[in-house]
Amino acid sequence: MNLGLSEEQEMLKTSARDFLQKEFPKKLVRQLDESETGYSPELWRKMAELGWMGLVFPEKYGGSGGSFLDLIVLLEEMGYNILPGPFFSTVVLGGLTILSAGNEEQRNEFLPRIASGDRILTLALTEPSARYDAAAINTRATTSNGNYVINGTKLFVPDANVADYILCVTRTKEEQNPEDGITVFLVDAKSPGIECTLLKTLARDKQCEIVFDNVGVPQNNILGKPDQGWTIIKDTLQKATVAKCAEMVGSAQAALEMAVQYAKERVQFNRPIGSFQAIQHYCANMVTDVDGARFITYKAAWKVSEGLPAALDVAIAKAWTGEACSRVTLLAHQIFGAIGFTMDHDLHLYYRRAKAGEIMFGDSDTQRAIVARELGL
Amino acid sequence: MDFSFSEEEEQFRQEVRLWLKREIPARWFELDPGMWEETEESWAISREFQRKLGQKGWLAPAYPKEYGGLELSHTKRLILAEELAYNRAPVSVEVEITVNWVAPTIMLFGTEKQKKDYITRVARGEIIFCLGYSEPDAGSDLAALQTRAVEVGDEYVINGQKIWCSYGHLADYCWLAARTDPDAPKHKGISMFIVDMKTPGITIRPLINILNHHSFNEVFFDDVRIPKENLVGQKNNGWYQLVIALDFERSSIGVAARQQRIIEELVQYAKETKRNGEPISNDPLVRNELAGIAVENEVLRMMCYRIAWMYSKNLHPSYESSMTMVFASEVTRRLANVGMRILGHYGQLDRDSKWAPLQGRIMRMYLSSLSIGVGGGSNEIQRNIIAMRGLGLPRG
Ligand SMILES: Cc1cc2nc3c(=O)[nH]c(=O)nc-3n(C[C@H](O)[C@H](O)[C@H](O)COP(=O)(O)OP(=O)(O)OC[C@H]3O[C@@H](n4cnc5c(N)ncnc54)[C@H](O)[C@@H]3O)c2cc1C
Repeated sequence: MNLGLSEEQEMLKTSARDFLQKEFPKKLVRQLDESETGYSPELWRKMAELGWMGLVFPEKYGGSGGSFLDLIVLLEEMGYNILPGPFFSTVVLGGLTILSAGNEEQRNEFLPRIASGDRILTLALTEPSARYDAAAINTRATTSNGNYVINGTKLFVPDANVADYILCVTRTKEEQNPEDGITVFLVDAKSPGIECTLLKTLARDKQCEIVFDNVGVPQNNILGKPDQGWTIIKDTLQKATVAKCAEMVGSAQAALEMAVQYAKERVQFNRPIGSFQAIQHYCANMVTDVDGARFITYKAAWKVSEGLPAALDVAIAKAWTGEACSRVTLLAHQIFGAIGFTMDHDLHLYYRRAKAGEIMFGDSDTQRAIVARELGL
Repeated sequence: MDFSFSEEEEQFRQEVRLWLKREIPARWFELDPGMWEETEESWAISREFQRKLGQKGWLAPAYPKEYGGLELSHTKRLILAEELAYNRAPVSVEVEITVNWVAPTIMLFGTEKQKKDYITRVARGEIIFCLGYSEPDAGSDLAALQTRAVEVGDEYVINGQKIWCSYGHLADYCWLAARTDPDAPKHKGISMFIVDMKTPGITIRPLINILNHHSFNEVFFDDVRIPKENLVGQKNNGWYQLVIALDFERSSIGVAARQQRIIEELVQYAKETKRNGEPISNDPLVRNELAGIAVENEVLRMMCYRIAWMYSKNLHPSYESSMTMVFASEVTRRLANVGMRILGHYGQLDRDSKWAPLQGRIMRMYLSSLSIGVGGGSNEIQRNIIAMRGLGLPRG
C-alpha cells in the first residue's frame, strides 16, 4: 500500500501550483468570475502548452499518456488556486468521454485539438429536473433522412457559453428501462437552433441553459452506439464526480491554510486569535475534514484509475467531501470575522465554490442514496 | 404560566397585519432587498415607512409616552416585531439599531435634554443612528478601541478610525465609542457620544460586502468637533453603557418569525415541486429536513419570547440575549443550508434568472447569514459570555 504521490506526480503538483499562482492571481480569478466567458484564451493556450489538456490522452492523440490519478493531482491544484474556466468541462466531461466511447475517427478529430487547446467541450446532461439519472433525459433526438434532429432544454450545463462542441445526451427511444434508448451526440455548438443563456449563479461559474430547437446533427456524430449511451454517461459521471471531489479538496486545503495563517496573525485581547481554544478547535475540525476528504477522494480516484468497480467509493467520496468542504469554508469565514464578509476578501470565492461543488453531480443526500443501494439496502 | 396571547393581543396582531398589508408599497416586494442589500431606492422606501410607523406609534411602541411612545406592553412589542418580520416590512437593521439599541441606552443614561431631543425623534421615525464601535484593531476586543475624544473648551475633538460601520453613509447620527482617558485601564477610559454625521472632518469610505452591496463603511474622524453636551452618560463610563447597549443589540426578537416565513415558503415549494412525478414533499429526507428546521425555529421563538417576557418583568437580559443571538445565527445558517439542499441546483440561481425559485432569496441568505454569527459580537465571544456571565465559569 502507498497513499502518497509518485515522484512525477509531486513534480506535476509543484509545477501546477507555481504556474497557477503566477499566472492566475486572485485579481484575475475575480475578473474571470465576473466576465461573460470565464476564461482567458491566452492562458488557455499556455496551459495547453504545458500539456495539461492532453495529460490523460495517449500520445497518438497528442497527449502525454498520463493516468486518471495524474489528472486528479492536477485538478486538486486547480481547486487550490480556484482556477476558473472550461478545463473541467473540456477534459473531464468532454475529452475523457470521447477517449473512452469515441470511435477512432472521433478520437482523431477531437483529442489532438483538445490537447492543443483548440477545442473547448462540454457535456449537456441535466435538464430542468436537475437530476443525474437516465429517467431525467427528455431531450429528444429523432431521425430524419438518416440524420438526427434534437429538441429539448438542457439546464445547468457548465461552460456551454464558450464550448465549440457539446456532448448532448438525448432520448432516442422510449424503453421500459429508462437507461435504454439514450444516445449521446457530438453537437457543433454553432449549429442553427441552439440558444445558450448564461445563468447567474452563486459561484459565478458559467452554467448555462441550452435550448435545442430542431438542431440537425449528422449520424456520424453519435458517440458510441445509438440507444446505448447511458453506459457512457455513467462512466463519465463517475469520473467527473471524483474529479470534482479533487477540486474541492484543493480549495478546502487553501481555505484551511488561509484561516490558520490568519489565526496566527490576527491579534485581539493581546493574543493571536489562534491561541483561543475555540479557534483552535475550529482549525482542528477543518484539517480533519480536509484530510479525510483527501484520502477518501484518492481512494475512489485510484479505483477509477485502475478500472476497478468504483460506484460505492465514488459515492462515499462525494457524500463526504461535498459537505466537508462546505463546513471548512464556513469555519474559515467564522475565523476571519467581518473582513471575510467583504467582496474584496478572497474567502467568499472558496465559500461559493464549495456549495456549487457540493451540488454538482449529486449532493450528499443523492450520494448517500447510492451508498445505501450499494450496501444492498 | 400562560403561553397564550390574550384576545386583545390577538386583535392587535390582526390590526397590525391589516395595516401592514395596506401600507407596505408593492415596489418594496419587487426590490425584495435581503439583509445588507439595501439600495438608494429601498432605503428611501424604508425611511418613508419608518415615518409612517412612527406616526402610528408603532415604531417604538414600548417607549414612555413623554418621549413619543405608546407604553404598549412588551408582549405587544413582541407581536409587532413578529408581524413586521414575518411580513417583510421595510424595517431593517438600521431601524433595529436606532430604535431598540441606541435609544434605550440614551433612555438609561442620557440627560433629560438628550432624551427629549433624540428619543422623541427616534419614536417619530425621523432619524437613524449608525454604530461607531469597531476599529481595525478592535473587533471582538472592543475595549481596545483607539479613537480619541479630547475635551477642548466647550467641545470634544475626535480623531481616529472606525470600520464596518453599517449605513454610515446614510445615517443621520453616529453612536460613537471613543477613548477619553488613555491612561486609565482600557475598560475605564471609554465614553459614548452622539455625532452628527454631517459634522466637518468625517470622511466615509465604502466597503463592499459579500453580496456585492455597499452596506458598511470605514469612517475617519479628523479633528471632528462636537458640542460637549453630546457626551451621553458619564465620562469614562462608556464601557458599562456599551455592554448594556450590546445586550439590547443581541435581542432581536422578531427573528423566528422572519425564518418562519422562509420555512413556509420552502414547504410550499416542496409541495409544488415534483420529482419522478411525485411532489418532493413526499420524500422522507425533505420532510425530515423541513421538520428539523421547524423544530429548531420554534425553540428559537421561545428564546425570543423569553427575552420579551424578561423585559415585561423589568429584568435586564444579559447572557439570555447572547444565547438567543448565537442560536438565531445558527438556525439561520442551517435554514439557508436546508433551503439550498431542497432547491438543489436551482438554489444557486440569483434573482435575475427566470429559473430562480423564491426570487433567489435562499442563495443570498446563504451569503448574508455569514454575518450574523460575527456582527454585534461573534458567536465565540457570545459563548464566552454565556459561560462566564451566565454560568459563572472562570475566565479562560
Ligand atoms: C455585516 C456586518 C456589519 C457590521 N456592522 C457594524 C457596525 O455597524 N458598527 C460596528 O461598530 N461594527 C460592525 N460590525 C463589526 C462587528 O462588530 C465585528 O465584526 C465583530 O465585533 C468581530 O470583530 P472582527 O470582525 O474584527 O473579528 P475578530 O475580533 O478579529 O475575530 C476573529 C475571530 O476570532 C474570534 N475571537 C476573537 N476573540 C476571541 C476570544 N476571546 N475567544 C474566542 N474566539 C475569539 C472571533 O470570534 C472570530 O471568530 C459589523 C460586522 C459585520 C460582519
